[in-house]
Amino acid sequence: MGTIATSRQKGRRSWVIHLFPLPALILYALFVVYPIFSAFTYSLYDWQGIKRGVFVGLKNFTTLFTVEPFNEMFWNAFSHNLLYFVVEMIVQNGVAFTLAFFIYRKIRGAGFLKVAYFIPRLLSVIVVGFLWKLIFNPNYGALNTFLTKIGLAEWARPWLGDTDTALLAIILVNCWFGVGFAMLIFLAGLQSIPEELIEAARLDGARGITMLWKIILPLCMPAITIMTIFTFIQAFEAFELVYAMQGSMGEPFYSTDTLAVYFYRMAFSSAGGGDVSIGLGSALAVVLFIIVASVSALSMHLMRKREVQH
Amino acid sequence: MKTSIGGRAVQYVIAYLFMLVALYPIALMIASSFKTNMEIFANPLSLPSSLHFETYQKLWKAVPFADFLWNSIFVSGMSVLLITVFSAMASFYLARFSFKWTAALTFFFLLGLMIPIKLGIVPLFILMKNLGLLNSLWSLILIYTASGIPLAVFILTGFFRTLPVELEEAARIDGCSNFQVFWKVLLPLIRPALATVVIINFIHAWNDFFFPLIFIQKETLKTIPVGMMVLFGEYETDWSLLFAGLTLSAVPMIGVFLLASRQFMEGLTAGAVK
Repeated sequence: MGTIATSRQKGRRSWVIHLFPLPALILYALFVVYPIFSAFTYSLYDWQGIKRGVFVGLKNFTTLFTVEPFNEMFWNAFSHNLLYFVVEMIVQNGVAFTLAFFIYRKIRGAGFLKVAYFIPRLLSVIVVGFLWKLIFNPNYGALNTFLTKIGLAEWARPWLGDTDTALLAIILVNCWFGVGFAMLIFLAGLQSIPEELIEAARLDGARGITMLWKIILPLCMPAITIMTIFTFIQAFEAFELVYAMQGSMGEPFYSTDTLAVYFYRMAFSSAGGGDVSIGLGSALAVVLFIIVASVSALSMHLMRKREVQH
Repeated sequence: MKTSIGGRAVQYVIAYLFMLVALYPIALMIASSFKTNMEIFANPLSLPSSLHFETYQKLWKAVPFADFLWNSIFVSGMSVLLITVFSAMASFYLARFSFKWTAALTFFFLLGLMIPIKLGIVPLFILMKNLGLLNSLWSLILIYTASGIPLAVFILTGFFRTLPVELEEAARIDGCSNFQVFWKVLLPLIRPALATVVIINFIHAWNDFFFPLIFIQKETLKTIPVGMMVLFGEYETDWSLLFAGLTLSAVPMIGVFLLASRQFMEGLTAGAVK
């Protein structure tokens, strides 16, 4: 790369070209790198409200993991993030792959279906949250009315008010929101499979499930890997939907709490009865950062590897 | 591949059933916005018996929707413009010039792909406060721009590298400066990649509510998503108004999408799967 550039630079060395990356670099450094870096240092100090106190080393981290109720809160929220990931992998990505496969097989109306599946993804998450909150409403919501109409009245319940169903309801709404995008990724993966390979497999006698399992799925692995990583990152950053539907306390009784909601509560709201805790909040941010960044790093590594192959 | 008739039928049932699952809640939202409260409670699932536009008039008075709309357009448009211009400039430099520091710089930008910027929200809040940008749309524009840059640089650098170097050489022989090569020769050629960058960032900036939730308190400076939150605090019993608010906040984006759905869907997946 850049061979012509280096040979040309001598002839027309213009300092102006060095200004080209500067605006991007400055904004990115100031509003992305610096704040994240600061969050790391914040986590090492004691804070009184929003005033920085003394350096305390890793004390905020040990508090987070060993002192009640912080440790309980952490593992409670963490387990919810994990459930988010698992359910989305199974429901959202399972449905999305099935639909992508049908469209790939040229079902009639494929163009229209693609558009229809994607439309929910265009709503702001807060709109999605409020819309479904109205649908789940125990008294007047469409869901309970629907269940009653089709003779399943005993299934009707206050979906978001019940600790048994609230979290799952939210995750399923998130799946509803995310299926369209996942479907597009899988479809792109399916469409990148060379026709000759499928043809060859068919000549060798591969049919139906065998074809899907032995030929198509393995060839679709890049798309599946990417979507798995996206889903993981998304599951561990889950905030908006919970906030829109259940508030910053992850109601009822923290049964829908996630790490990001817990972080928001510590950093910004004293509604939890306690003080805003910047030190602890920053420590939690660092932990979350490590979880998300290590998975992103892994994904970059995998992408790089594939790039070499091409 | 051949599938049995029964297998084919199952495919159709699943595919169209899920279409209903995807669209019905949105249809319900739009239909409900034209109903009266009484009608929503009595027949939540049916079509409205007659169209009640007065809810929209009431909504117009309840929230400054025109302000919200303008704020959303300004913030999204400005962020997308800045991301595109700045990232294209940086990517051109990184892809076409090799100095000692370009590799390090590329790596530095790539790091941004791993940074969940929401986690820096506390320092960002303090930074914005010190810059006097709380309650200013520029706080949002700066954050969306800055956080959109890494992915844009990643996409555009890759694209610049695929362009043949001969094009540039020819242009330089014709007497083009670096800037002219960039502006007149290369930029028109990377239009598909620019479209991808525009679409990804536009959807993100338009729909985000996390940053405005924290940075914007003043009513008339809110973007559509946070603006609509107000309704849920103050009008929790007026369902037709809530549905009208949701509809109004969703319709602009759906409209833009329907006009350019192909570009949208291709743009979003471009680069994700090669």
